[in-house]
Amino acid sequence: MTAAATPAASPATAGERPGVRLARSRRNSELSLLVLAMALVAAYGAMVEANVLDTVTPDFWVPAAALTAVFLGMHLVIRFLAPFADPALLPAVALLNGLGVGFLRRLDLANAAPADRAELATFAGIGGRQLAWTLVSVMLAAGLLALMRDHRSISRYAYTLGLAGIVLVMLPAVLPASISEINGAKLWVRIGSFSIQPGEFAKLALLVFFAYYLVRKREVLSLASHRFLGIDFPRGRDLGPVLVVWVISLLVLVFEKDLGTSLLYFGMFVATVYIATERVSWLLIGLVLFFGGAYLAYVLGSTVGGPFLNFSVRADIWLDPFGDPYNKGYQLVQGLLALGTGGLFGAGPGGGQPLLLPEVQNDFIFAGIGEEIGLFGLSALLVIYLLIVQRGLRAALAVRDSFGKLLAGGLAFTLGLQVFVIVGGISKLIPLTGQTTPFLSAGGSSLMANWLLIAVLLRVSDAGRRPVTGTGGKVNRPTGGPPEQLHGAPTEVIRP
Amino acid sequence: MNAPLRRVGVVVIVLFGLLFANLNWIQAYKADEYRTSDYNGRVQVAEYERRRGNIEAGGTALAVSKETDGELTFLRTYPGGAKYAHVLGYKPVNLADTGIEKSENDFLAGTSDKLFANRIKDMFTGDRTAGGNVLLTLSPRAQDVAYDQLRNNNRGATKGAAIAIDPRTGAVQALVSMPSFDPNPLASHSTNEASAAYNKLEQDAARPLRNRALGEVLPPGSTFKIVVAAAALENGIGKDTNIPAGSSYTPPTSGQSITNAAPSICPQSQVTLMKAVTDSCNTGFAKLGVQLGPDVIKKKAQDFGFEQEDLSVGRLGEGGHGVAASRTGSMENPDGGADPAALAQSSIGQRDVRMTPLEGAMIAAAVANNGSQMRPYLVRQLLAPDRTTVYDTANPRELRRPVSGQVAADLRDMMVSVVRNGTGRSASINGYTVGGKTGTAQSAADRADHGWFIGFALDSDGNPVSAVCVVLEEAGPGGSAEAARIAGQIMRAAIADPGGR
Repeated sequence: MTAAATPAASPATAGERPGVRLARSRRNSELSLLVLAMALVAAYGAMVEANVLDTVTPDFWVPAAALTAVFLGMHLVIRFLAPFADPALLPAVALLNGLGVGFLRRLDLANAAPADRAELATFAGIGGRQLAWTLVSVMLAAGLLALMRDHRSISRYAYTLGLAGIVLVMLPAVLPASISEINGAKLWVRIGSFSIQPGEFAKLALLVFFAYYLVRKREVLSLASHRFLGIDFPRGRDLGPVLVVWVISLLVLVFEKDLGTSLLYFGMFVATVYIATERVSWLLIGLVLFFGGAYLAYVLGSTVGGPFLNFSVRADIWLDPFGDPYNKGYQLVQGLLALGTGGLFGAGPGGGQPLLLPEVQNDFIFAGIGEEIGLFGLSALLVIYLLIVQRGLRAALAVRDSFGKLLAGGLAFTLGLQVFVIVGGISKLIPLTGQTTPFLSAGGSSLMANWLLIAVLLRVSDAGRRPVTGTGGKVNRPTGGPPEQLHGAPTEVIRP
Repeated sequence: MNAPLRRVGVVVIVLFGLLFANLNWIQAYKADEYRTSDYNGRVQVAEYERRRGNIEAGGTALAVSKETDGELTFLRTYPGGAKYAHVLGYKPVNLADTGIEKSENDFLAGTSDKLFANRIKDMFTGDRTAGGNVLLTLSPRAQDVAYDQLRNNNRGATKGAAIAIDPRTGAVQALVSMPSFDPNPLASHSTNEASAAYNKLEQDAARPLRNRALGEVLPPGSTFKIVVAAAALENGIGKDTNIPAGSSYTPPTSGQSITNAAPSICPQSQVTLMKAVTDSCNTGFAKLGVQLGPDVIKKKAQDFGFEQEDLSVGRLGEGGHGVAASRTGSMENPDGGADPAALAQSSIGQRDVRMTPLEGAMIAAAVANNGSQMRPYLVRQLLAPDRTTVYDTANPRELRRPVSGQVAADLRDMMVSVVRNGTGRSASINGYTVGGKTGTAQSAADRADHGWFIGFALDSDGNPVSAVCVVLEEAGPGGSAEAARIAGQIMRAAIADPGGR
């Protein structure tokens, strides 16, 4: 920790700003990567049709072309509004989103009567709806880029967003189950035929608030008072906000019956506190609190029951899914069987039987895809997710202000944690929860929220990579002059 | 703030590493288990997309797959119905498969390593080649006769079994277990219908699903005397040597006396071994057993195949129907001391002696084949889907040599005498030399006796052509004579249509 204190005081030195020695916009790299990603999506669509229909229709390229048009639009927006944004983010996300649309369209093909399959319209079924949601989401992301020309401007709305976040989190919990419960998890608000997962947006709102709050309070929170076992522990009264978030996430766990969301919020909070304070003790406190709480909920669920019952049932399924393979364990068992059947190479796009999987368009989409692309394909998908997360963290490293660092770092980590929670859930690494798989799962809420997240990361990475002097091209590196932080970066606290 | 950001990056990499490791565990290490799991619906759909190969015998298709319009493309049918059920087994959608359908499943389904080239070809042509065909050794004619005669036996027995093998090769010519069952409903694509049919059969008190020819062990009665006679011949007693007999024998230490089936049988104090076998003299063999001792008799029974637990009948040396072990029992006191009463009763195939019908046929076959007992088998050949390439042809193997050629010749003479002059006359076949041994076994005090016959047929050159065992459970008096008659009929059919070897 102390070793890091010195460079932290001057975050703009070359070692702390990877990849910006030559500040080039790299927009052309983004464009070619995007074209490559869309070619992959088109090839995926053709392979699906070849396997499902035994022929490739002349229109196989239409969904891929529609997606390409949408993403090219986004590329142009970035070119004008965030010219120095990270060039890998958009192609990586576009590839995931495109494969998601392709797989959902593949489900539509399987669901359609054999005679109707060849004439499936581009915007028909869940695949077509996902395509439309993609258009909406990308437009929202572009809108956010246009409105938010400097990421620091949203800190002005931090308290509003924080309040909105808490309301969004608690909304499904207080609403009656008929409106908010789907598959045993109260995560939804259903209005007519629409259902929204407010938690997806709450995640973003809360993170903005966390980042703002922690930047304000980081000196206080990082003041150590007790040293125990070689670790500095915070003072008792500083624990207040952590305990509040802990209680909220446990309430989510109990009343929304969802471990994943609760783990997500709490992990998000602990990670941002840790980034802000650089204190390992916060991590330890957070982990102990969370796992202690989860274990307590499990014990209470198996003894007292009541609101804790759902969690203990899920934990029991996790421990032994094959104990009740046709009822409680059915989803998880079928997910594992799909993944296992896929094996190393998979059955090929369109070659599997995803309809045997319950919820294959939502929670189990990763297992459904895994049956068809195998371990190698899934590993590639994981690497793409990892790339997005690491690029987000890189943006956090490169940006100069603390708020931007916390915001980008928190968002990137949250995205990675969400992938871990859902993929770990369907592969029996952790108890299964009702999270969506970012950019793949069917559903507008998740897609919109995650595209907004990407827009924020794009904005922060643009700020981080933007040359400090000049209007582009090469940076005039200061030689022995005053440190760069004077150019607009807020003053960092130099800790003793 | 950059140091913790980097550490968060490391944490994310660790989390993704866990995901990756776990996916490896599922998709590589556990993949085969999950792929073939009973809970995996893909297994069936894929399995029924390929036309399963035929099971045939003597040019007759016994199990064929027919195309349907349903979700599962091919329906398994058994044109022979109940007649071949215990040989073929069945291949249901939702239940466990059995018999040859189980042991040759890989080849029939087309997933065997042997058919790898076919699957490669399919990848390029886009076709789905059918699975391979399995040719059995059965003689359809012998099977017909065995099935019909057993069902229409004149004793009214409802349970029993018949098995015929070629003594020179071990090829099974006929195998029937009574009562039998129709396997077609079990293979129904309606899993409810299949389950209902299975439950009905499973709950039937007569246990029709049981393969009695291979899996049922019963006291062998006097057929066991062939084993004792073999032991005697190897211990200095000739076939014309006189042995002690009498109308009644009470072993020392036991109040229970052993008598003969009729007062006319060996009442004199001495009879030749030949005569004792021909007339099935109980007192003579009880005394002979006590004279020889338990170890000699047990050893000889083991030489003939008793106590073997790992025998299976299917493809030679590779799985198939499991065969229950035949047992001699201890023939001794619980403390290991001599028990002449147990020994005397065991020597006439009672007490704790238990034998499968297959073991009975294998004893007769070894005697007929000059003392060489061949390994029994059912699968003659594996034939590729195109019916031209042969993958596996059975190459008969000797299982063991229970007796020398000389002892076998003496036993043959005695068994021929049984059919010519003794208790097995109804087994005789014109133009062939038939030998055998009847047996009437007491099972329980309140149940009728089981009727046994083991025997063989030699052609005019003295070559063995068939060995057979028939048992009619609880057939009562005359059961063994009826068994002998049925055995003769089966051998006659096997001579006319030898089936495949």
